[in-house]
Amino acid sequence: MINKVVSGAEEAIKDISDGTTIMLGGFGLCGIPENCINALVTKQVKNLTCISNNAGVDDFGIGLMLKKRQVKKMISSYVGENAEFERQLLSGELEVELIPQGTLATRCLAAGYGMPAIFTPAGVGTEVAEGKEVRNFDGKDYLMEYAFDADFAIVKAWKGDRAGNLIFRSTSRNFNPVMAMAGKITIAEVEELVEAGELDPDYIHTPGIYVHRIFQGKNYEKRIEQRTVRRKS
Amino acid sequence: MAFSKEEIAQRIAKEIKDGYYVNLGIGIPTLVANYIPEGINVVLQSENGLLGMGPFPFEGEEDADLINAGKQTITTLPGSSIFDSAMSFGMIRAQKVDLTILGAMEVSENGDIANWKIPGKMVKGMGGAMDLVASAKNIIVAMQHINKAGESKLLPKCTLPLTGVKCIKKIVTELAVLDILPEGGFKLLERAPGVSIEFIQQSTAGRLVIEGEIPEMRLD
Repeated sequence: MINKVVSGAEEAIKDISDGTTIMLGGFGLCGIPENCINALVTKQVKNLTCISNNAGVDDFGIGLMLKKRQVKKMISSYVGENAEFERQLLSGELEVELIPQGTLATRCLAAGYGMPAIFTPAGVGTEVAEGKEVRNFDGKDYLMEYAFDADFAIVKAWKGDRAGNLIFRSTSRNFNPVMAMAGKITIAEVEELVEAGELDPDYIHTPGIYVHRIFQGKNYEKRIEQRTVRRKS
Repeated sequence: MAFSKEEIAQRIAKEIKDGYYVNLGIGIPTLVANYIPEGINVVLQSENGLLGMGPFPFEGEEDADLINAGKQTITTLPGSSIFDSAMSFGMIRAQKVDLTILGAMEVSENGDIANWKIPGKMVKGMGGAMDLVASAKNIIVAMQHINKAGESKLLPKCTLPLTGVKCIKKIVTELAVLDILPEGGFKLLERAPGVSIEFIQQSTAGRLVIEGEIPEMRLD
């Protein structure tokens, strides 16, 4: 067993420096690496390029880093519900690359599978296609999209063991497994860190080979963005 | 009388067939789930990584880890499955999902759709919409026929940045059900109860094709 455990968020992100490209898992506020985001805010690293499906909300998630002006460029598929983000974007302070969600996920997958590029029909004939190579297969056009090249991937899992194996819970899985595969260095924060051998190998979502640092997270807020319920009749 | 959003959703629900896997977009499409006819087995896909989306949880049973693509708390159902975002769009791209229902700001008479950006004003992003429209074999657009200023949203050519090209085949609005013809043009199939063909013609900037009797939309 190769031990991947570090003491906490601060140690896990210690070599993330100004100008780095980082991936952050999560969909909306679901399954985001809260501990590492807080540590990045405290560390005050700047000029980051962040690859993440969303950009958090004004006072939570990546929104905290935006507020401190730590993000130079955001690569996302959907960035609504964040007034500060919209302000920085419309004023030109923040560079934003919007890409289709499936393209975002599959460019992560390609990086983790060692494939330089993928072909997808998403965005053909739209402004997303500008400057991209188009290939026709069986009469249909596809865009060539490159695998991501990220210095770090930061993910959040439900359970993990000291060998870095990860299990995700419910829809907080989302982008986390594919980003975990895609980082040159992958950091995983988990709700419950266990000894090697405690997780059934048949139920591992992300094998530890993809994970370089793992730590037990704390004080998860797990904020809900849209609380929708029905009444018991 | 023009249809309400609920009635648009109710009309679209009639297009859903037994055994379908269906992806519902945000807005009116989400409401379709409330009107799926009894006895029809449908599995709803949520592109953040869930097949078998159930209703909202009971108060106090919300789970922050279980949301839909609209970030609403939801539930699973017997037979549900969870997967990552790459697999979610893999099954969409591979056309395993039978029907996609989504909203639009504009649709053109050749089937182009715009629904993700208003330059200089709104920059929310495309989310999964570009992937869905590029790959889905069957797409129904739920939208308003005219905007608040009374201007048509069914156009000869979209004015907003496109989400997808020549991909829309059917539209349900508050006024009508229309097909987009392979050679271009909105073919009027049904009209909302009491809405005249003349009014639909006035409200459609793109080429409207009217052939024979146009029945009123029925919800039963």
